[in-house]
Amino acid sequence: MKMEQFNDRNVADNGYFLVDIEDYPTDGWGKFKRVVKRTFRAELFVGLWVVLREMIKFDIHTVQYPEEKLPIGPRYRAVHEMKRLWESDAERCIGCGLCEKICISDCIRMDTKIDENSRKEVTEYTINLGRCIFCGYCAEVCPELAITHGGEYEQASEQREHFVDYAYMLTPLDKMKAGTQMEFEGFGAITPHEDERVKKTPLAY
Amino acid sequence: MSEITINIDGKDVQTKEGEYLLNAARANDIFIPAICYLTRCSPTLACRICLVEANGKQVYACNAKAKEGMQVVTSTESIEKERRIIMEVYDVNHPLQCGVCDQSGECELQNYTLEMGVDSQHYSIKDVDRSSHDWGHLHYDPGLCIVCERCVTACKDMIGDNSLKTIPRGSDPINADYKENMPKDAYAMWNKLNKSVIGLTNGTDVLDCTSCGECAAVCPVGALVDTQFMYKANAWELKQVPATCGHCSAGCQITYDLKHTSIDNPEDKIYRVMNEWNYVSLCGAGRYGFDYQNAGVTKDETAFANAIEAFKKADTIAFTSTITNEEAYLLQKMKEKFGYRLVNNEAKAFQDFLNNYAQISGHKLYKGDLEKVHTTNFIVSVGSALKTDNPNARYALNNSLTVKKGAGIYFHPVKDPIIEGIGKSIMTVAHAPLQEEVALYLLLDLFGDKSKLPSDIVAYLASFHSQKTVTVEEVVKEKVVELVKETKVNEETGIEEEIEVEKTKMVSKKVSKEVEVDENRLLEILGLDDTFMQALEKNLKKKETFALMVGPDLYMHPNAKNLARLVALLEKYSAFEVTMIPTLTNSLGVALICDLDDEKGSYTVSYNTEGDFVLSGLGDGDLDMPAINQQEGTLTSVNKRVNPTNAAIGYGGYELNDIAKALGFEAENIIDYTVKLPVAAGFKTEEFDNLPNHYENDGTEVRGYVLENVAVTPSGDESVDRFSEDKLEGCIIYLANPVRQFTEFTYKTTNLDEVSGIYMSEEYLSKTDYNEGDTVTVKTKKGELTAKVVCDNKIAGDIVVLPTFDKKLNSEALFDGYRFSTASIQKG
Repeated sequence: MKMEQFNDRNVADNGYFLVDIEDYPTDGWGKFKRVVKRTFRAELFVGLWVVLREMIKFDIHTVQYPEEKLPIGPRYRAVHEMKRLWESDAERCIGCGLCEKICISDCIRMDTKIDENSRKEVTEYTINLGRCIFCGYCAEVCPELAITHGGEYEQASEQREHFVDYAYMLTPLDKMKAGTQMEFEGFGAITPHEDERVKKTPLAY
Repeated sequence: MSEITINIDGKDVQTKEGEYLLNAARANDIFIPAICYLTRCSPTLACRICLVEANGKQVYACNAKAKEGMQVVTSTESIEKERRIIMEVYDVNHPLQCGVCDQSGECELQNYTLEMGVDSQHYSIKDVDRSSHDWGHLHYDPGLCIVCERCVTACKDMIGDNSLKTIPRGSDPINADYKENMPKDAYAMWNKLNKSVIGLTNGTDVLDCTSCGECAAVCPVGALVDTQFMYKANAWELKQVPATCGHCSAGCQITYDLKHTSIDNPEDKIYRVMNEWNYVSLCGAGRYGFDYQNAGVTKDETAFANAIEAFKKADTIAFTSTITNEEAYLLQKMKEKFGYRLVNNEAKAFQDFLNNYAQISGHKLYKGDLEKVHTTNFIVSVGSALKTDNPNARYALNNSLTVKKGAGIYFHPVKDPIIEGIGKSIMTVAHAPLQEEVALYLLLDLFGDKSKLPSDIVAYLASFHSQKTVTVEEVVKEKVVELVKETKVNEETGIEEEIEVEKTKMVSKKVSKEVEVDENRLLEILGLDDTFMQALEKNLKKKETFALMVGPDLYMHPNAKNLARLVALLEKYSAFEVTMIPTLTNSLGVALICDLDDEKGSYTVSYNTEGDFVLSGLGDGDLDMPAINQQEGTLTSVNKRVNPTNAAIGYGGYELNDIAKALGFEAENIIDYTVKLPVAAGFKTEEFDNLPNHYENDGTEVRGYVLENVAVTPSGDESVDRFSEDKLEGCIIYLANPVRQFTEFTYKTTNLDEVSGIYMSEEYLSKTDYNEGDTVTVKTKKGELTAKVVCDNKIAGDIVVLPTFDKKLNSEALFDGYRFSTASIQKG
């Protein structure tokens, strides 16, 4: 075992360095100078001109978001969802931790414990959407088709850290009862003719 | 055993004659797959995938011994086929639950299934009910079990509990067609596998052992897991911190496996302790007693200022030996600078013992160590409750007795069913307390070289011998010729006839004989009879190497000086190599580094013990200190090795070095002192950062460094006092901890749930009218204490045991140094 990592006791310096940026003005005179500088460089009018020009043309192709939204493809990778089993409405997630392991932006974390039936239970599960790059590896690696991507892409927030938890992602029970849970069709989903490609294991029953 | 050269896969390999091929290959970085073999234990031959071709013949590498010029091929077409089919068979009915299995990621079944390229299954058998069992601190899932029997082997050959065995599986026989179509070894493996699962030897569903958890550690799959670890973390998430266990003097190499505590708490937490189980075996305290850190500590500036004040005011520093070498060195430096008295009674006794030993032996340290005990074939232990003083010493004893065909004598007043359970080759002598001296004299008499021993000792020993005539009954076998009538068919006539046939028979006859025998009064004093000598004679056959382990009972003995000299004489004039078991984690280090005093002064600053100003790693003192798992530093083990340990868990408070800095010492970190440890005592000028902490593939321990055994000029006086006839009788108490407990630190941990109290054996409870749970008062000349009775089935006999791990009990106050004392016990 390499011991170097334990020998580095310099906890203060983690390779951070200061960027050379001019300080914001703090006094009144400095602020005034900045306003004058910005105003008379007329940057504002460049933008205004573009808008005005396009407006006069009356030839708008943009979708009128948020009134108008485009349909999302079934393989689109937006905010994650946690699926339930069709048979029992139980959670599909078994807490194997593969999504946590494969996540390349290290944004998934889960806590597990043993439950009263001696089964592995996921007690807490979070995804930090501020870090997530929506690569889809988690959905692809999931052996139970439990974690998938959904179509919900509106995730604006005030902070860079923005978490979704297990309860948020899990298919609500009423939706389950109504039979409207959607299966994900992207990477990791079962492909057509899967049965033909599987090698059969002999059974002695 | 001589050095030989064998050839494995075209590579010339140096090894010892008689070494197993698998070990020879591993030592030379040649890979041979193997599941069931455990280094240091006897080969099990359960998995059979270590098949190799030696001199053109298929053999199992784990039990085939190397011979000069052997040509070994590790892989041929037929071997590959066998191995693949063996792995296929292991996968039959193995649940596909890797997703939730705790072993996933470090599973040997996963690894070898991939290694052998098993991508399809050709075999099947009807499964039987294999529901899981909760065995207390272990969870056994026979569904996942591949019956490699590594747990059984470790428990028997290394630990010595013999708690596990194979029990019938109750499965249907394997389809007869497979026998013809399958390769021979794969079929044989399956046949064995199909008949057994693992069960408990006590026939119940609750483990009753010394709870070391080694079986779960060696389990290649997720069948045996620690209940406390189940479903908490995956193997790949855990970060390993190599360290040295801080609970006893064995100094086992461990790794703390860390992960963040939870989603809400990113602080590291220890989830489990792992070990290199091929080369080191842990006890229950080492494995489960890991969360003794002083948690949640911040820098308390007023407490720190008070501490500095206290240090300025104090004239004594009292401490226990659960500190690192560097801290001990720092305390010694403080003594030199400020003239403190350093008080540590237990280390002082050990120091005196070592010094007295050196007067005769001519070197500062004992010659042996526990590694040598493992390979020795005759072992004697005097003055130590082995299984609790140093579990590794017990493992070494058991390993030698079960695997190396060794034998041994265990001298101790407290009867120990665990030691007795090792087997017939261990002779236990339950002498009376204070008779350790007689035991050593007996050893001198039995094993000492009389031609070299000082003449007065020889004469003294001879004075105990006398000749006596006894009548011995011997069984002699005689040949007797008898005439027996038999009915036989006459071949000519075809009629049955009676004929007389002569038959010779061997008949045993008892004959009385008068024989002159030597009578040894030393045996009588120790309460032994003639059967002891007969058993010893039998046990001494084919024994070449001898080890003597001595323990803390001797260091605290009223005649400790004489005992130390006797031990030195034994080492000098007999084949014994002595190993001294230090009392606490770093007693040896403290004894070598510190110049200790006997008496406390008027104002005491204490470290992890009682005083006027208490520095405590337990978190109950006036200023918090880090526990051993939060510190860097070195610990000196019973193997005379200076082992480095790393901080596993963060610590936010002040440490001893901060106080030293405030008092004018300059080192930035405590480990800056590692290089300065006294060379005169045997330490080396090695920087802490250069100390390695791992094992090589061939089992070589590359950890820290071994202390130099510094030569001392012997005094030339080899006289020893005659033994005193004193012995303690009546109701006796003994100061020792139960299995899995050592100090207040082990008591603090969450997984070690031993109940504190007054320990009595089942035998004693049945004899007296005490019951488990009764409140009793133990009174000695020095004091008294009241606590509840705890039934301990790991001890036997009449001696009552008081623990030291519970500070509230303060049982040390009842004793006058020596670990035994007479006492009176009353209910209420």
